[in-house]
Amino acid sequence: MARLTYRGGSFEAEDGESVLECLERAGCAPPSSCRSGQCQSCLMKATSGSLPPAAQQGLKDAWRAQGLFLACACRPTEDLEVADADGGALEVAATITGREVLSDEVVRIRLATGSPFEYRAGQFVSVIRPSDRLTRPYSLASLPSEPQLELHVRRVPGGRMSAWLCDEAPIGEPVQLRGPAGECFYLAGEEQPLVLAGTSTGLAPLVGIVRDALDRGHRGPIALYHGSVRASGLYLADELDTLATHPNVRVVRSVLEGPTPDGVVQEGLDALVLGSGHDLKAARAWLCGAPELVRLLKKKLFLAGMPLKAIASDPFVVAPAGA
Amino acid sequence: MSSIYEQIGGAPAVDAAVDIFYRKVLADDRISDFFDGTDMDAQAAKQKAFITMALGGPNQYTGKDMRAAHKHLVKRGLSDSHFDAVVENLGATLQELGVPAATIGTIAESLGGLRNDVLDR
Repeated sequence: MARLTYRGGSFEAEDGESVLECLERAGCAPPSSCRSGQCQSCLMKATSGSLPPAAQQGLKDAWRAQGLFLACACRPTEDLEVADADGGALEVAATITGREVLSDEVVRIRLATGSPFEYRAGQFVSVIRPSDRLTRPYSLASLPSEPQLELHVRRVPGGRMSAWLCDEAPIGEPVQLRGPAGECFYLAGEEQPLVLAGTSTGLAPLVGIVRDALDRGHRGPIALYHGSVRASGLYLADELDTLATHPNVRVVRSVLEGPTPDGVVQEGLDALVLGSGHDLKAARAWLCGAPELVRLLKKKLFLAGMPLKAIASDPFVVAPAGA
Repeated sequence: MSSIYEQIGGAPAVDAAVDIFYRKVLADDRISDFFDGTDMDAQAAKQKAFITMALGGPNQYTGKDMRAAHKHLVKRGLSDSHFDAVVENLGATLQELGVPAATIGTIAESLGGLRNDVLDR
């Protein structure tokens, strides 16, 4: 049994309970989203006591050194004094500068930051609504050389942040950004074959990575797969067509069921990727989107001979209602 | 005398062994369920620590750790036959990497000392 100290209160964490769960029981939890150690929305800071290694999984070294950790992934084994992550130093102020409907499900949001913001295309940021600190992760489809950040926001039924970003917040509205984070960005030998596969708005980081790779003079073949259960989940057709005019780039769009528009095939992403004759021992892969598909593809690519270290993945875990 | 870990080439050799070993256990119906976690990178990190230990390299595992780490698997039915299958897969991995049979035998024998800890007996 570990004792947590937070904002002057003292709380008993039950065996196996996370800091997030313990503080939720006490009614004073920090913002959270994925609850599975992926999205970094529930960032907190330990001011005393030692953290289990899993609590800092995926955080950048500078953040680890400051004692920052993920409340959802921290199951304390000894007493711990925790505090809110110091917002000012970790966040960048931004404003919503553009909004464009890409499909029935997806809206492109552009943001301008007040100060320079360093990131790699394909990484994700935590978007924080200032009024109530609601926090959600979004991947970056833009390149750092471009003046604005670009996010693809999927309308989540009942989703508070997506409704706010897509419909409610006026242009010019301020938001706070934290990050960037994540290992999904271009990193490869110039001749290496690249395989990128995603569902839904998992396309955002993948498009960012492909454009970044081309920008950096990548010469190997690039295959970009975008899959959806139905055609309504596909979007960005024109921009993908433009990307596919590049001699090294092949774009494949697929659905599992229902009508298949021109240029779209009906087949599972895993079968398409595995059956395309990619040189998996030499290639590098990025997988983003629905967690089940990301995990399935990662396992299949690995079993087919791809080194685990050559596979970067970003499962998009949707926040439970009310989180 | 140098450890087997040093003889086969240290950390880089273990990195190569991890992917081969992990593929083998995921493809082995006898034990794949125990290894089919949602976080493959975390699984691979554990296996790296395991193989490092098996080869006598620098590791921080103790018998007590092995017992604690496998307790939940014993509840799910982890038994001698599974233990043997893991040792077998590690042997096949090392064979693929060119480790002599006699050395593999020595490794398997020393892993046997962990059996009771792993199976929580």
